[in-house]
Amino acid sequence: MKKIGLLVMFAVFAIGCNSDDDSSAEILGCMDPDSINFNPEANTDDGSCSYLKNVTFNFTQNWGGEDRPVTKIDFNSTTYENEMGTTLTLSKLRYLISKIQLHKSDTTITIENYQLVDLAMDSSLSLAPTQQIPTGDYTGISFVYGFNEEDNISGNYPDLNDASWNWPAMLGGGYHFMQMEGSYNDENGMPQPYAYHNGRARLSMDNFVNNHLEFDFQRNFTVTDDTTIEIRMDISEWYKNPNMWDLNQYNVDLMMNYDAQILMHENGASVFSIGEINQ
Amino acid sequence: MQERLRGNIYYFVLAFAFAICSSCSSEDPGGEVMEEGYVPTPKPLNVPAIFQQYLPQPNIPEDNPQTVEGVALGRKLFFDPMLSGDGTQSCATCHQPQNAFTDLQQFSEGIDGIVGFRNVMPIYNLAWNTNAKFFWDGRAGDLETQALEPVTNPIEMHNTWPNAVASLQSDAAYPELFEQAFGTETVTKELVAKAIAQFERTLISGNSPFDKYLLGEGTLTEQEINGFEIFMDEARGDCFHCHGNEFSPLWTDNIFHNNGLDEIITDKGLGNITGDPRDDGLFKSPSLRNLAYTAPYMHDGRFETLDEVINHYSEGLVYSPTIDPLMKAIAQGGVQLTESDKADLKAFLLSLSEPAFVNNPDFQNPN
Repeated sequence: MKKIGLLVMFAVFAIGCNSDDDSSAEILGCMDPDSINFNPEANTDDGSCSYLKNVTFNFTQNWGGEDRPVTKIDFNSTTYENEMGTTLTLSKLRYLISKIQLHKSDTTITIENYQLVDLAMDSSLSLAPTQQIPTGDYTGISFVYGFNEEDNISGNYPDLNDASWNWPAMLGGGYHFMQMEGSYNDENGMPQPYAYHNGRARLSMDNFVNNHLEFDFQRNFTVTDDTTIEIRMDISEWYKNPNMWDLNQYNVDLMMNYDAQILMHENGASVFSIGEINQ
Repeated sequence: MQERLRGNIYYFVLAFAFAICSSCSSEDPGGEVMEEGYVPTPKPLNVPAIFQQYLPQPNIPEDNPQTVEGVALGRKLFFDPMLSGDGTQSCATCHQPQNAFTDLQQFSEGIDGIVGFRNVMPIYNLAWNTNAKFFWDGRAGDLETQALEPVTNPIEMHNTWPNAVASLQSDAAYPELFEQAFGTETVTKELVAKAIAQFERTLISGNSPFDKYLLGEGTLTEQEINGFEIFMDEARGDCFHCHGNEFSPLWTDNIFHNNGLDEIITDKGLGNITGDPRDDGLFKSPSLRNLAYTAPYMHDGRFETLDEVINHYSEGLVYSPTIDPLMKAIAQGGVQLTESDKADLKAFLLSLSEPAFVNNPDFQNPN
C-alpha cells in the first residue's frame, strides 16, 4: 500500500507541476480524509478511496466434501469410512495454520497471527486478527500448514508451549503441525488407537525435512466491508490422495516414522480449500 | 460520510478510554478497591525464569489482583482450622506444605471421620492452569470457586459458610486483616475465597534440578538425561503428549484423559460433571513436578510408588470405551519398557521435584 501511496503522491506532484499556470486544473484522487489514500490536493474524487476493514478466518472441517461439518460433537461417536474402507472415529483434531496472506494485483497483506485450530475449543475455530485489510480487489489467498522452516523454532511460542504443541528435539524439534487421534476397527473389528501426528520428518540422525505445506489459492474477490473467509479441511483427504492410507499399517508411533511423515505430507496437499467469502 | 462519522466516534472513544485509563493508573494502581481511599499493596507473582522464558503470563482474575495484604490473609486462612465445622481442620490439614500441598493418604478423612474417594490434589502453579478447570473432574471453573467447596463439603471440613463467616467476623484479628486486604471489615465467603486463591497463586514451583539444568545452572546424571529421552520418545515413554516437555514446563497439559486404569468405570470423573458418557473415566492430568512428595498417585491414589505408576503405563493398561488413543498396545498392557528404561525414567521424573518449594518459609503455617 505504501507503494501505491507514493505513486499517487508522485503522480499528483507531476500533475501539479505541469499545471502551475492553471489554478483550476482538475486533480484526480480520493477526497475522503478518513480513507487510507486521502489526497489533500485532489479536487475531483475518482472513486479510488480505500478503507481498512476487519477480516475473520473461519476454519471448518468436513469429511469428503459433505456439507455437514465435522465438529467436536462428532468425537467418539460419528463413524467415518476412509478410502481404504476402514471404519474410524475421531477424538481429537488440532492443526496449525500460519502465514496467511491475502494477495492483490500489486501487493500482499500478511496476517501476523498463526492459529492453532482445536476442534475441542470453539474459540480456536476462527481467527479475527486486530490487523485490518484494505478494501478493493483481491486475487488470491495463501497460507502455510504448520510452520515453515524459518518459523518452526523450538520453544518460540508461549501459547503453543502451553498447549504442549512441541515436536520432540530428537525428531528435529519445532512444533506439531497436526494431531489427529481416534479409534479405528482392525481386521477383526476390534477398536485400536491411532495418532496421526504430523511435523518434521527425521530422515537420519541430524537430517530432517521440515515437511510443512504451502498453499496458494487463486480466487478473485472484492472487499467492500468486514469480510469472513472460510478455510476448509477435508479430513478424508488425509487418507486418500495420492496415497491410500492403511491404518492397520500406520496407526501409532508415526512421529519418528519418516515414510509415514512423507506420506502425510503428500496427502496433505489436497486437504485444504478456500470456502465461502462473505461480507 | 458514514466513514467519517465512524472515524470521529472512534477518536472520541479512544480519547474517552485514555481518560479513564489515566485516571485508573494515577489513583488506582492496585486495580480493584472496595472502598475509596484505600489501596492494598500490589504483589506481583514471583515467576520462575523457566516460566518467563517459555510460558504465557500467569492468569490473574481482574477482580482479584495479588496484594501483600490479600496473600497474607489468605495464608492465615489456609492454615486456620476455624474454617471447619468443629474447628479441627484447615485447608492445610490435607494440603500440607511438606508434601507439595497434598498429604500421604490414599483418601483423607474429613472432620466427621468420613474418608473421601479421591486422592488429595497437590497445589502449585495454579495461575498457569490455562483451561481453568479445577479438581480431578474439572467441576470448578476458577480457583476462587474451587476454594469455596471444601469448607462446606460434608465429608471434608463440613461447615456452613454463614457459620464460617460468623466465626471470622467475631475473631479479634480477622476483621482488621480483611480491612487491610479488601478495604472492608465485613467478612464474606467471596472475600475468604479470594484471599485463599491469592495465597494459592503464590505457590509456584519452577526451580527443580531439571529446570536448573535447562537454564544451564545445574547438571543432571546420565541416568536422568537418559530418562528424559525415554519420556520424549514416542515409541518408548511417549509421556510428552500429556505431560509437557522442556519447553512446556508445567509438565501437564491441564486436560482430561482416561489413562486405561479400569475395564469397568466406577468413578466417572469428568463424565459426572458434563453428563456426557464419552467423558466417563476421564481425569485431569496431574503435573509431574514434586512427585517425590506427592505419593500415592492417580485420582484414587491406587499406586503407592512411582514404580507402580510406570509399570501401569508399561504393562498394566486395560481397555475401556473412553480410553485415550495415546494409550497404546493395550492388548499387551502397554509399551513394555525395559527395566533399565523404567529406572532411568523414574530418575528423570524425580529431577522435577523441588526441595526449596516444599521448604519455602513463605508457604508455612503463619499462625
